[in-house]
Amino acid sequence: MFGDLADLYQEVILEHSQRPRHGKRLACFDASAKGDNPMCGDRVQVFVKHAPDGAIADVGFEARGCAISVASADLMAEVVRGRSAAEVKEIAGKFRALARTGHSENPDDEALEALQPLAGVHSYPSRVKCATLAWHALLAALQGRKEASSE
Amino acid sequence: MNVMRLPKESVAKTLADARADFPILGEKVHGVPLIYLDSAASAQKPRAVIAAMLGTMERQYANVHRGLHWMSERTTDAYESARMAVARLLNAREPEEIVFVRNSTEAINLVAHSYGRGVLEPGRAVLISEMEHHSNIVPWQLLRDERGTGLRVVPVTDAGELDLAAYERLLAAGPVGLVSITHMSNVLGTVTPAERIIRLAHEAGAKVLLDGSQAIVHRPVDVQALDVDFYVFTGHKLYGPTGIGVLWARRELLERMPPFLGGGEMISEVTFERSRWAHVPHKFEAGTPAIVEAIGLGAAIRYVEEIGYPAITAHEAALTEHALARLASVEGLRVLGQAQDRGGVVSFAFERIHAHDVATLLDRSGIAVRAGHHCAEPLMRRFGLDSTARASFALYTTSGEIDALADALAKVREFFH
Ligand SMILES: Cc1ncc(COP(=O)(O)O)c(C=O)c1O
Repeated sequence: MFGDLADLYQEVILEHSQRPRHGKRLACFDASAKGDNPMCGDRVQVFVKHAPDGAIADVGFEARGCAISVASADLMAEVVRGRSAAEVKEIAGKFRALARTGHSENPDDEALEALQPLAGVHSYPSRVKCATLAWHALLAALQGRKEASSE
Repeated sequence: MNVMRLPKESVAKTLADARADFPILGEKVHGVPLIYLDSAASAQKPRAVIAAMLGTMERQYANVHRGLHWMSERTTDAYESARMAVARLLNAREPEEIVFVRNSTEAINLVAHSYGRGVLEPGRAVLISEMEHHSNIVPWQLLRDERGTGLRVVPVTDAGELDLAAYERLLAAGPVGLVSITHMSNVLGTVTPAERIIRLAHEAGAKVLLDGSQAIVHRPVDVQALDVDFYVFTGHKLYGPTGIGVLWARRELLERMPPFLGGGEMISEVTFERSRWAHVPHKFEAGTPAIVEAIGLGAAIRYVEEIGYPAITAHEAALTEHALARLASVEGLRVLGQAQDRGGVVSFAFERIHAHDVATLLDRSGIAVRAGHHCAEPLMRRFGLDSTARASFALYTTSGEIDALADALAKVREFFH
């Protein structure tokens, strides 16, 4: 009945949205920022713990939102671990392009490969922001801001 | 007055064949027939409305109240006859009590501005309810922030009804100047006990504004029988076009209220020292109005009148009952509110599936519902939810469409196991 929706709600997405591994506030964190999507009411707060070298040691999040926004936050938390702020910024840019177009320039990139299950949102324009919300919050946290600026 | 008659050829006489009057209902989405259950957000338009607007632009259009030429006079007649249609619909004492605005939001802002800042005595509060649309919350917050006008909120019971005991307490708790409450909730479908609200308010010396955005679509409204003071609604939910809405108010109130916007059409004399206002309702209709849209609204009202409220109300009551029964049997689905008196709007939520995911899945089955906070965030919070999905019914909705919704919802649950 929902045949082509399997592209959007892939098993990986359902799994991450129903049992997010990083869906919690970190006990101690160095930075945090909120993002919200006033259009649909999705809300996320991202917590970041840095390693001594400045790379990301851990990311946790609290989210109230749809399956796409929760799964995207969870996948993001996995992908950014151990990366520098500059790397995260680059991945975020590529991910945004992936969510908007369904394609990525370098799909072999390890991070992009992990985010590939979210590519399906590109055919649901109203849902693209659900997928990018957590990334905006993460970038804000890394820049020392408390809140993501909306697009 | 030379009243223009609008074309009637496409007007249905009975509800049974009304569906055929709405061209869009034959459309497909994602390759399947459209099942439009989002009429509370905006209703689809019958051919009679489309024809009236098209006919105006193709054959009989000019600015109103200005040109001393044939086209302008005929267009003015058509525009004013739309005002008469609204007056008839609401059983207003006279068409001069009808002010054309853009939508309900503008109508409420007009009252908050002109009545709230110009007439309402300082020290008297405004009372709203917990189930208001943002458009009946924010204008009063602006008034409060600017003038210090008190703003009190009548709570909603677990059943989704207005808490009348609390209402009486709030009326007694200090001087109230205006009660501004919805006539029917756009989230819960609850129809509020207007007569009682109004009687109690009047006993407490307060005026009453009813937000009829939803109610007027489903029920006949008689402002004189209600004894209400202000009534607002929006054209696009009543099968009319966007960009046109209505403020009705007692003439004496309109007379006492200062203008909202200034400009052309609303003056009788302008010098650089001062201007004098035109008579009501023109005092409140600054600038060139939504001429074509007003004519479209007039046609929508005539269409609704031809079918008749008794048929519409009975049809929607049956649909709502059917929907509540069908949705109750969908496992894990919670329906919000069990008001005794309700119209064709039903909000629901799954415990563990977000409303946007529900809406996306339904959309792929051709079913259009609204998902989100429905511009009523305080009400959502009251029920401990961020968002719900909402199905809403119109005169063209069928019980087969409701069956399709219930079947699809059962599958949504399976999909997210
Ligand atoms: C109860 C209620 N009030 C007010 C409005 C606002 O209508 P509009 O957006 O046309 O001004 C709506 C519609 O969304 C509504 O349902």
